[in-house]
Amino acid sequence: MRATTSQQAEPANPVPDKIPVSLIVNGVETRLIVAPWTTLLDALREHLDLTGTKKGCDHGQCGACTVLVEGRRINSCLTLAVMQDGAKITTIEGLATDSALHPLQQAFIDQDAFQCGYCTSGQICSAAGLIAEGHARTADEVRELMSGNICRCGAYPNILHAIQQVMGQT
Amino acid sequence: MIGFQYVRPSNIADAVRLVAADPAAKFVAGGTNLLDLMKEDVERPSRLVDISRLPLKTVEDSADGGLRIGALVPNSDLAYHPVVARRYPILASAILAGASAQLRNMASTGGNLMQRTRCPYFYDVVTPCNKREPGTGCSAIGGHNRGHAILGSSDACIAVHPSDMCVALAALDAAVHVVGPDGSRLIAFGDFHRLPGDTPHLETNLQRDEIIVAVEVPAEGFAENHTYLKIRDRLSYAFALVSVAAALELDRGTIRQARLAAGGVAHKPWRDKSAEAALIGQVPNRAVFARAADIILRDAKGWEHNAFKIELAHRVIVRALSQAAAGRPQSQSNKTIQ
Repeated sequence: MRATTSQQAEPANPVPDKIPVSLIVNGVETRLIVAPWTTLLDALREHLDLTGTKKGCDHGQCGACTVLVEGRRINSCLTLAVMQDGAKITTIEGLATDSALHPLQQAFIDQDAFQCGYCTSGQICSAAGLIAEGHARTADEVRELMSGNICRCGAYPNILHAIQQVMGQT
Repeated sequence: MIGFQYVRPSNIADAVRLVAADPAAKFVAGGTNLLDLMKEDVERPSRLVDISRLPLKTVEDSADGGLRIGALVPNSDLAYHPVVARRYPILASAILAGASAQLRNMASTGGNLMQRTRCPYFYDVVTPCNKREPGTGCSAIGGHNRGHAILGSSDACIAVHPSDMCVALAALDAAVHVVGPDGSRLIAFGDFHRLPGDTPHLETNLQRDEIIVAVEVPAEGFAENHTYLKIRDRLSYAFALVSVAAALELDRGTIRQARLAAGGVAHKPWRDKSAEAALIGQVPNRAVFARAADIILRDAKGWEHNAFKIELAHRVIVRALSQAAAGRPQSQSNKTIQ
Protein backbone atom coordinates (compact mmCIF):
# COMPACT_ATOMS: atom_id res chain seq x y z
CA MET A 1 0.00 0.00 0.00
CA ARG A 2 2.73 2.38 0.95
CA ALA A 3 4.40 1.94 -2.44
CA THR A 4 1.36 3.19 -4.28
CA THR A 5 0.43 6.06 -1.98
CA SER A 6 4.01 7.32 -1.82
CA GLN A 7 3.64 8.36 -5.45
CA GLN A 8 1.14 11.01 -4.37
CA ALA A 9 1.83 14.21 -2.50
CA GLU A 10 0.71 14.25 1.12
CA PRO A 11 -2.52 16.21 1.49
CA ALA A 12 -1.87 19.74 2.74
CA ASN A 13 -4.07 19.38 5.77
CA PRO A 14 -4.46 15.69 6.58
CA VAL A 15 -7.39 14.62 8.69
CA PRO A 16 -5.99 14.53 12.21
CA ASP A 17 -5.69 11.24 13.99
CA LYS A 18 -7.88 10.56 16.95
CA ILE A 19 -6.06 10.84 20.23
CA PRO A 20 -6.22 8.51 23.23
CA VAL A 21 -7.24 10.34 26.39
CA SER A 22 -7.48 9.19 29.97
CA LEU A 23 -9.95 10.95 32.24
CA ILE A 24 -10.74 10.09 35.84
CA VAL A 25 -14.46 10.73 35.80
CA ASN A 26 -16.27 10.58 39.13
CA GLY A 27 -13.46 8.47 40.52
CA VAL A 28 -13.32 5.99 37.66
CA GLU A 29 -10.39 5.98 35.26
CA THR A 30 -11.84 6.14 31.78
CA ARG A 31 -9.97 5.71 28.52
CA LEU A 32 -11.40 7.02 25.30
CA ILE A 33 -10.22 7.94 21.85
CA VAL A 34 -11.39 11.31 20.61
CA ALA A 35 -10.86 13.71 17.76
CA PRO A 36 -8.81 16.76 18.82
CA TRP A 37 -11.85 19.05 18.56
CA THR A 38 -13.99 17.02 20.96
CA THR A 39 -14.83 19.27 23.89
CA LEU A 40 -14.81 17.88 27.40
CA LEU A 41 -18.58 18.42 27.38
CA ASP A 42 -19.08 16.30 24.26
CA ALA A 43 -16.72 13.65 25.58
CA LEU A 44 -18.80 13.36 28.75
CA ARG A 45 -22.17 13.37 27.01
CA GLU A 46 -21.52 11.60 23.72
CA HIS A 47 -18.66 9.24 24.57
CA LEU A 48 -19.37 8.43 28.21
CA ASP A 49 -23.18 8.83 28.22
CA LEU A 50 -22.97 11.14 31.21
CA THR A 51 -25.82 13.35 30.07
CA GLY A 52 -26.37 15.03 33.41
CA THR A 53 -23.99 17.74 32.28
CA LYS A 54 -26.03 19.92 29.93
CA LYS A 55 -25.20 21.71 26.70
CA GLY A 56 -26.90 25.08 26.81
CA CYS A 57 -25.19 27.78 24.78
CA ASP A 58 -21.97 25.83 24.03
CA HIS A 59 -20.11 29.18 24.29
CA GLY A 60 -19.35 29.56 27.99
CA GLN A 61 -22.14 32.02 28.56
CA CYS A 62 -24.80 29.98 30.35
CA GLY A 63 -22.94 27.69 32.76
CA ALA A 64 -25.17 24.63 32.15
CA CYS A 65 -22.04 22.62 31.28
CA THR A 66 -20.22 23.41 34.54
CA VAL A 67 -18.17 20.52 35.93
CA LEU A 68 -15.34 20.32 38.44
CA VAL A 69 -11.84 19.65 37.09
CA GLU A 70 -9.38 18.89 39.87
CA GLY A 71 -12.00 20.40 42.16
CA ARG A 72 -12.28 23.68 40.22
CA ARG A 73 -15.47 24.64 38.41
CA ILE A 74 -15.08 25.27 34.69
CA ASN A 75 -17.19 25.45 31.55
CA SER A 76 -16.73 22.02 29.98
CA CYS A 77 -17.82 23.39 26.59
CA LEU A 78 -14.74 25.62 26.34
CA THR A 79 -12.03 23.05 26.92
CA LEU A 80 -10.96 20.12 24.79
CA ALA A 81 -10.99 16.59 26.15
CA VAL A 82 -7.36 16.19 25.02
CA MET A 83 -6.38 19.24 27.07
CA GLN A 84 -7.72 17.51 30.19
CA ASP A 85 -5.83 14.24 29.68
CA GLY A 86 -5.19 12.68 33.09
CA ALA A 87 -7.46 15.10 34.99
CA LYS A 88 -9.97 14.26 37.69
CA ILE A 89 -13.44 15.31 36.53
CA THR A 90 -16.49 15.49 38.77
CA THR A 91 -19.90 15.77 37.12
CA ILE A 92 -23.36 15.95 38.65
CA GLU A 93 -23.46 12.15 38.49
CA GLY A 94 -20.48 11.99 40.85
CA LEU A 95 -21.80 14.16 43.69
CA ALA A 96 -24.20 11.80 45.43
CA THR A 97 -23.03 8.76 47.35
CA ASP A 98 -24.87 5.45 47.22
CA SER A 99 -26.86 6.28 50.31
CA ALA A 100 -27.35 10.03 50.17
CA LEU A 101 -27.76 13.00 47.91
CA HIS A 102 -25.05 15.63 47.99
CA PRO A 103 -26.07 18.39 50.43
CA LEU A 104 -26.51 20.79 47.51
CA GLN A 105 -28.81 18.36 45.71
CA GLN A 106 -30.89 18.01 48.88
CA ALA A 107 -30.90 21.79 49.37
CA PHE A 108 -32.09 22.42 45.82
CA ILE A 109 -35.02 20.10 46.54
CA ASP A 110 -35.68 21.62 49.98
CA GLN A 111 -35.65 25.17 48.61
CA ASP A 112 -37.49 24.42 45.33
CA ALA A 113 -34.50 25.88 43.49
CA PHE A 114 -35.52 24.97 39.95
CA GLN A 115 -38.42 24.82 37.56
CA CYS A 116 -37.42 23.15 34.27
CA GLY A 117 -34.18 21.80 35.71
CA TYR A 118 -32.01 22.28 32.64
CA CYS A 119 -29.53 24.59 34.37
CA THR A 120 -29.65 22.69 37.67
CA SER A 121 -26.72 20.32 37.28
CA GLY A 122 -24.53 23.25 36.24
CA GLN A 123 -25.86 25.35 39.11
CA ILE A 124 -25.11 22.58 41.61
CA CYS A 125 -21.61 21.86 40.28
CA SER A 126 -20.91 25.60 40.23
CA ALA A 127 -22.17 25.97 43.79
CA ALA A 128 -19.96 23.06 44.87
CA GLY A 129 -17.01 24.92 43.35
CA LEU A 130 -18.09 28.18 44.98
CA ILE A 131 -18.25 26.61 48.44
CA ALA A 132 -14.88 24.91 47.97
CA GLU A 133 -13.31 28.22 46.91
CA GLY A 134 -14.46 29.83 50.14
CA HIS A 135 -14.67 33.42 48.89
CA ALA A 136 -18.40 33.94 49.28
CA ARG A 137 -19.88 34.91 52.64
CA THR A 138 -22.71 37.36 51.95
CA ALA A 139 -25.72 36.97 49.69
CA ASP A 140 -24.23 39.60 47.36
CA GLU A 141 -21.04 37.57 47.10
CA VAL A 142 -22.93 34.35 46.34
CA ARG A 143 -24.96 36.12 43.64
CA GLU A 144 -21.85 37.65 42.09
CA LEU A 145 -19.84 34.42 42.14
CA MET A 146 -22.75 32.43 40.69
CA SER A 147 -23.27 34.89 37.82
CA GLY A 148 -21.78 32.45 35.33
CA ASN A 149 -24.86 30.25 35.68
CA ILE A 150 -27.99 31.46 33.94
CA CYS A 151 -31.45 30.23 34.97
CA ARG A 152 -33.95 30.86 32.19
CA CYS A 153 -36.82 30.12 34.58
CA GLY A 154 -35.58 32.76 37.00
CA ALA A 155 -35.26 30.55 40.07
CA TYR A 156 -32.43 32.70 41.38
CA PRO A 157 -33.88 33.56 44.82
CA ASN A 158 -34.33 29.89 45.68
CA ILE A 159 -30.97 28.91 44.18
CA LEU A 160 -29.42 31.49 46.51
CA HIS A 161 -31.38 30.05 49.45
CA ALA A 162 -30.24 26.52 48.59
CA ILE A 163 -26.60 27.54 48.48
CA GLN A 164 -26.96 29.47 51.73
CA GLN A 165 -28.56 26.42 53.33
CA VAL A 166 -25.44 24.38 52.55
CA MET A 167 -23.05 27.20 53.48
CA GLY A 168 -24.81 27.32 56.85
CA GLN A 169 -24.12 23.63 57.35
CA THR A 170 -20.39 23.86 56.72
CA MET B 1 -15.13 24.09 14.01
CA ILE B 2 -12.78 22.89 11.30
CA GLY B 3 -10.44 19.96 11.83
CA PHE B 4 -7.07 20.66 13.38
CA GLN B 5 -4.03 18.90 14.77
CA TYR B 6 -3.29 18.98 18.49
CA VAL B 7 0.13 18.88 20.09
CA ARG B 8 1.32 19.45 23.63
CA PRO B 9 5.04 20.31 23.73
CA SER B 10 6.95 19.88 26.97
CA ASN B 11 8.94 23.10 26.91
CA ILE B 12 8.78 26.70 25.69
CA ALA B 13 11.38 26.26 22.94
CA ASP B 14 9.45 23.40 21.35
CA ALA B 15 6.20 25.36 21.62
CA VAL B 16 7.74 28.34 19.84
CA ARG B 17 9.29 26.10 17.18
CA LEU B 18 5.98 24.35 16.47
CA VAL B 19 4.13 27.62 15.92
CA ALA B 20 7.00 29.15 13.94
CA ALA B 21 6.98 26.15 11.59
CA ASP B 22 3.24 26.28 10.81
CA PRO B 23 1.81 29.64 9.72
CA ALA B 24 -1.70 28.58 10.68
CA ALA B 25 -0.83 27.14 14.10
CA LYS B 26 -1.90 28.84 17.31
CA PHE B 27 -1.01 28.56 20.97
CA VAL B 28 -3.82 27.57 23.31
CA ALA B 29 -3.77 27.96 27.10
CA GLY B 30 -7.15 28.42 28.84
CA GLY B 31 -8.89 28.32 25.48
CA THR B 32 -11.88 30.33 26.65
CA ASN B 33 -11.77 32.85 23.79
CA LEU B 34 -9.97 30.83 21.13
CA LEU B 35 -12.23 27.76 21.30
CA ASP B 36 -15.30 29.98 21.30
CA LEU B 37 -14.07 31.70 18.13
CA MET B 38 -13.17 28.35 16.56
CA LYS B 39 -16.73 27.13 17.11
CA GLU B 40 -17.91 30.11 15.07
CA ASP B 41 -15.28 29.49 12.37
CA VAL B 42 -13.81 32.92 13.07
CA GLU B 43 -10.53 31.30 14.11
CA ARG B 44 -9.46 28.40 11.89
CA PRO B 45 -6.09 27.15 13.13
CA SER B 46 -4.49 24.16 11.45
CA ARG B 47 -2.90 23.12 14.71
CA LEU B 48 -3.30 23.93 18.38
CA VAL B 49 -0.09 24.00 20.37
CA ASP B 50 -1.21 23.44 23.95
CA ILE B 51 1.01 25.40 26.32
CA SER B 52 -1.25 25.01 29.35
CA ARG B 53 1.09 22.64 31.18
CA LEU B 54 4.30 24.62 30.74
CA PRO B 55 5.88 25.71 34.04
CA LEU B 56 4.68 29.34 33.93
CA LYS B 57 2.35 29.30 36.92
CA THR B 58 4.31 31.07 39.66
CA VAL B 59 3.81 34.49 41.18
CA GLU B 60 7.07 35.79 42.60
CA ASP B 61 8.72 38.98 43.77
CA SER B 62 10.86 40.61 41.09
CA ALA B 63 14.32 42.03 41.70
CA ASP B 64 13.14 45.65 41.87
CA GLY B 65 10.34 45.08 44.36
CA GLY B 66 7.59 44.38 41.85
CA LEU B 67 5.75 41.18 41.10
CA ARG B 68 6.37 38.76 38.26
CA ILE B 69 3.22 36.87 37.29
CA GLY B 70 3.65 33.69 35.26
CA ALA B 71 1.73 33.74 31.99
CA LEU B 72 -0.25 30.63 32.92
CA VAL B 73 -1.43 31.78 36.34
CA PRO B 74 -5.23 31.44 36.14
CA ASN B 75 -7.15 34.70 36.48
CA SER B 76 -8.89 33.48 39.64
CA ASP B 77 -5.64 32.41 41.32
CA LEU B 78 -4.16 35.83 40.56
CA ALA B 79 -7.19 37.73 41.85
CA TYR B 80 -7.14 35.84 45.15
CA HIS B 81 -3.36 35.68 45.54
CA PRO B 82 -2.61 37.16 48.96
CA VAL B 83 0.22 39.36 47.67
CA VAL B 84 -1.93 40.71 44.84
CA ALA B 85 -4.84 41.31 47.20
CA ARG B 86 -2.56 43.22 49.60
CA ARG B 87 -0.19 45.11 47.29
CA TYR B 88 -2.13 45.36 44.01
CA PRO B 89 -5.80 45.36 45.03
CA ILE B 90 -6.76 47.30 41.89
CA LEU B 91 -5.59 44.32 39.84
CA ALA B 92 -7.52 41.85 41.98
CA SER B 93 -10.62 44.03 41.75
CA ALA B 94 -10.43 44.39 37.96
CA ILE B 95 -10.04 40.64 37.46
CA LEU B 96 -13.06 39.93 39.66
CA ALA B 97 -15.10 42.46 37.66
CA GLY B 98 -14.61 40.38 34.53
CA ALA B 99 -16.13 37.20 33.11
CA SER B 100 -17.52 34.53 35.45
CA ALA B 101 -16.00 32.39 38.17
CA GLN B 102 -15.78 29.43 35.77
CA LEU B 103 -14.05 31.43 33.06
CA ARG B 104 -11.63 33.00 35.56
CA ASN B 105 -10.71 29.49 36.70
CA MET B 106 -9.83 28.56 33.10
CA ALA B 107 -8.41 31.77 31.64
CA SER B 108 -4.70 32.50 31.96
CA THR B 109 -2.85 35.75 32.58
CA GLY B 110 -1.22 35.72 29.15
CA GLY B 111 -4.45 34.64 27.49
CA ASN B 112 -6.28 37.60 28.99
CA LEU B 113 -3.87 39.87 27.07
CA MET B 114 -4.28 37.77 23.92
CA GLN B 115 -8.09 37.59 23.83
CA ARG B 116 -9.37 39.16 20.65
CA THR B 117 -10.53 42.73 20.47
CA ARG B 118 -13.97 41.99 19.16
CA CYS B 119 -17.51 43.01 18.35
CA PRO B 120 -20.65 41.10 17.31
CA TYR B 121 -19.86 41.54 13.61
CA PHE B 122 -16.43 39.97 14.14
CA TYR B 123 -18.28 36.87 15.37
CA ASP B 124 -20.84 36.92 12.57
CA VAL B 125 -18.99 35.34 9.65
CA VAL B 126 -21.62 36.32 7.06
CA THR B 127 -21.04 40.06 7.58
CA PRO B 128 -18.11 42.18 6.37
CA CYS B 129 -15.43 42.77 9.01
CA ASN B 130 -11.98 44.23 8.43
CA LYS B 131 -10.70 42.47 11.53
CA ARG B 132 -11.87 39.03 10.43
CA GLU B 133 -11.33 39.54 6.70
CA PRO B 134 -9.13 42.56 5.93
CA GLY B 135 -10.51 44.81 3.22
CA THR B 136 -14.14 43.74 3.48
CA GLY B 137 -15.32 46.79 5.44
CA CYS B 138 -16.68 47.52 8.91
CA SER B 139 -20.27 46.51 9.57
CA ALA B 140 -20.38 48.29 12.93
CA ILE B 141 -19.92 51.69 11.29
CA GLY B 142 -23.48 52.33 10.19
CA GLY B 143 -24.66 49.22 12.00
CA HIS B 144 -25.33 48.44 15.64
CA ASN B 145 -22.53 50.12 17.54
CA ARG B 146 -23.80 50.70 21.05
CA GLY B 147 -20.88 48.96 22.73
CA HIS B 148 -18.20 50.30 20.45
CA ALA B 149 -15.20 52.60 20.69
CA ILE B 150 -15.24 56.30 21.40
CA LEU B 151 -11.46 56.76 21.42
CA GLY B 152 -8.70 55.81 18.99
CA SER B 153 -10.93 54.15 16.42
CA SER B 154 -10.45 54.28 12.66
CA ASP B 155 -12.60 54.01 9.56
CA ALA B 156 -11.57 50.36 9.46
CA CYS B 157 -12.64 49.21 12.94
CA ILE B 158 -14.48 50.51 16.01
CA ALA B 159 -14.33 47.36 18.18
CA VAL B 160 -13.19 47.54 21.82
CA HIS B 161 -10.83 45.39 23.86
CA PRO B 162 -13.03 43.70 26.46
CA SER B 163 -10.50 42.91 29.18
CA ASP B 164 -10.90 44.32 32.68
CA MET B 165 -7.60 42.91 33.94
CA CYS B 166 -5.69 44.70 31.21
CA VAL B 167 -7.12 48.08 32.23
CA ALA B 168 -5.62 47.63 35.69
CA LEU B 169 -2.33 46.38 34.21
CA ALA B 170 -2.20 49.49 32.02
CA ALA B 171 -2.74 51.69 35.07
CA LEU B 172 -0.08 49.81 37.01
CA ASP B 173 2.45 50.34 34.21
CA ALA B 174 3.04 46.62 33.74
CA ALA B 175 5.46 45.05 31.27
CA VAL B 176 5.18 41.84 29.28
CA HIS B 177 8.00 39.29 29.10
CA VAL B 178 7.94 37.35 25.83
CA VAL B 179 10.08 34.63 24.23
CA GLY B 180 10.39 33.95 20.51
CA PRO B 181 12.68 32.11 18.12
CA ASP B 182 15.29 34.88 18.49
CA GLY B 183 15.25 35.06 22.26
CA SER B 184 13.39 37.08 24.85
CA ARG B 185 12.27 40.70 25.06
CA LEU B 186 10.25 42.99 27.29
CA ILE B 187 7.26 44.95 25.97
CA ALA B 188 5.85 47.92 27.90
CA PHE B 189 2.15 47.37 28.52
CA GLY B 190 1.19 50.49 26.61
CA ASP B 191 3.03 49.16 23.56
CA PHE B 192 1.57 45.67 23.73
CA HIS B 193 -1.87 46.26 22.24
CA ARG B 194 -2.42 48.23 19.04
CA LEU B 195 -4.96 50.73 17.82
CA PRO B 196 -6.82 49.57 14.71
CA GLY B 197 -5.54 52.05 12.13
CA ASP B 198 -5.88 50.35 8.75
CA THR B 199 -4.74 46.98 10.12
CA PRO B 200 -7.40 46.04 12.68
CA HIS B 201 -6.60 42.35 12.21
CA LEU B 202 -3.36 43.06 14.10
CA GLU B 203 -4.22 43.57 17.75
CA THR B 204 -0.92 43.22 19.53
CA ASN B 205 2.75 43.79 18.76
CA LEU B 206 3.52 40.22 19.77
CA GLN B 207 4.84 38.25 16.80
CA ARG B 208 2.80 35.15 16.04
CA ASP B 209 5.62 32.81 17.06
CA GLU B 210 6.34 34.67 20.29
CA ILE B 211 4.91 33.48 23.57
CA ILE B 212 4.14 35.49 26.71
CA VAL B 213 6.03 33.99 29.64
CA ALA B 214 5.24 36.54 32.37
CA VAL B 215 3.61 39.88 33.15
CA GLU B 216 5.51 42.07 35.58
CA VAL B 217 4.10 44.91 37.66
CA PRO B 218 6.43 47.45 39.29
CA ALA B 219 6.69 47.97 43.04
CA GLU B 220 4.17 50.82 43.28
CA GLY B 221 0.77 49.18 43.68
CA PHE B 222 -1.36 52.17 44.83
CA ALA B 223 -2.90 49.95 47.51
CA GLU B 224 -4.21 52.88 49.56
CA ASN B 225 -6.01 54.95 46.95
CA HIS B 226 -7.43 53.05 44.04
CA THR B 227 -10.61 51.78 42.45
CA TYR B 228 -11.85 49.78 39.49
CA LEU B 229 -15.28 51.05 38.50
CA LYS B 230 -17.08 49.15 35.75
CA ILE B 231 -20.41 50.20 34.24
CA ARG B 232 -22.32 47.65 32.17
CA ASP B 233 -25.81 46.74 31.03
CA ARG B 234 -26.32 44.17 33.79
CA LEU B 235 -24.76 43.89 37.22
CA SER B 236 -22.47 40.97 36.52
CA TYR B 237 -20.95 38.91 33.73
CA ALA B 238 -21.13 41.52 30.98
CA PHE B 239 -18.51 43.52 29.12
CA ALA B 240 -17.98 47.09 30.20
CA LEU B 241 -19.74 49.96 28.52
CA VAL B 242 -17.10 52.01 30.29
CA SER B 243 -14.69 50.97 33.02
CA VAL B 244 -12.04 53.04 34.78
CA ALA B 245 -8.99 52.07 36.80
CA ALA B 246 -7.97 55.04 38.93
CA ALA B 247 -5.01 55.08 41.31
CA LEU B 248 -3.56 57.95 43.28
CA GLU B 249 -0.67 58.54 45.61
CA LEU B 250 -1.58 61.33 48.01
CA ASP B 251 0.93 63.39 49.94
CA ARG B 252 -0.37 65.78 52.58
CA GLY B 253 -3.59 66.48 50.73
CA THR B 254 -2.21 66.78 47.21
CA ILE B 255 -1.86 64.26 44.40
CA ARG B 256 1.72 63.10 44.03
CA GLN B 257 1.16 60.36 41.49
CA ALA B 258 -1.87 59.50 39.38
CA ARG B 259 -2.84 56.66 37.12
CA LEU B 260 -5.89 56.62 34.93
CA ALA B 261 -6.89 53.95 32.42
CA ALA B 262 -10.21 53.14 30.79
CA GLY B 263 -11.79 50.01 29.33
CA GLY B 264 -14.68 49.55 26.93
CA VAL B 265 -13.76 52.72 25.08
CA ALA B 266 -11.06 51.73 22.59
CA HIS B 267 -9.37 48.95 20.62
CA LYS B 268 -6.89 48.69 23.50
CA PRO B 269 -6.83 49.51 27.21
CA TRP B 270 -6.75 53.31 27.14
CA ARG B 271 -4.26 55.07 29.37
CA ASP B 272 -3.74 58.82 29.03
CA LYS B 273 -0.59 60.17 30.65
CA SER B 274 -1.51 63.79 29.90
CA ALA B 275 -4.63 63.41 32.02
CA GLU B 276 -2.52 61.87 34.77
CA ALA B 277 -0.08 64.79 34.56
CA ALA B 278 -2.95 67.26 34.99
CA LEU B 279 -3.79 65.64 38.32
CA ILE B 280 -0.32 65.80 39.80
CA GLY B 281 0.19 68.53 42.40
CA GLN B 282 -3.52 69.22 42.62
CA VAL B 283 -5.77 69.01 45.63
CA PRO B 284 -8.21 66.21 44.81
CA ASN B 285 -11.66 67.58 44.11
CA ARG B 286 -14.43 67.28 41.59
CA ALA B 287 -13.25 70.13 39.37
CA VAL B 288 -9.76 68.65 39.12
CA PHE B 289 -11.18 65.24 38.28
CA ALA B 290 -13.49 66.73 35.65
CA ARG B 291 -10.52 68.44 34.02
CA ALA B 292 -8.70 65.09 33.80
CA ALA B 293 -11.82 63.56 32.24
CA ASP B 294 -11.99 66.44 29.74
CA ILE B 295 -8.41 65.71 28.73
CA ILE B 296 -8.94 61.97 28.24
CA LEU B 297 -12.08 62.58 26.21
CA ARG B 298 -10.83 65.58 24.21
CA ASP B 299 -10.85 63.61 20.94
CA ALA B 300 -13.73 61.29 21.78
CA LYS B 301 -16.01 60.45 18.89
CA GLY B 302 -19.35 58.71 19.24
CA TRP B 303 -21.29 56.70 16.68
CA GLU B 304 -25.00 56.41 16.08
CA HIS B 305 -25.76 54.30 19.15
CA ASN B 306 -22.88 54.96 21.52
CA ALA B 307 -22.48 58.73 21.80
CA PHE B 308 -23.87 58.38 25.34
CA LYS B 309 -20.61 56.67 26.29
CA ILE B 310 -18.74 59.98 26.08
CA GLU B 311 -20.78 61.56 28.86
CA LEU B 312 -20.88 58.21 30.69
CA ALA B 313 -17.09 57.94 30.53
CA HIS B 314 -16.73 61.47 31.87
CA ARG B 315 -18.89 60.64 34.86
CA VAL B 316 -17.22 57.29 35.50
CA ILE B 317 -13.78 58.93 35.45
CA VAL B 318 -14.86 61.60 37.95
CA ARG B 319 -16.53 59.04 40.19
CA ALA B 320 -13.59 56.63 40.02
CA LEU B 321 -11.12 59.36 40.93
CA SER B 322 -13.40 60.37 43.82
CA GLN B 323 -13.48 56.78 45.06
CA ALA B 324 -9.71 56.49 44.76
CA ALA B 325 -9.08 59.78 46.56
CA ALA B 326 -11.42 58.79 49.37
CA GLY B 327 -9.75 55.40 49.72
CA ARG B 328 -13.09 53.69 49.08
CA PRO B 329 -12.64 51.29 46.17
CA GLN B 330 -15.70 49.97 44.37
CA SER B 331 -16.90 46.62 45.72
CA GLN B 332 -17.25 44.00 42.98
CA SER B 333 -20.01 42.16 44.88
CA ASN B 334 -22.12 44.96 46.36
CA LYS B 335 -22.74 46.92 43.16
CA THR B 336 -23.99 50.09 44.84
CA ILE B 337 -21.78 52.89 43.57
CA GLN B 338 -20.66 55.17 46.37
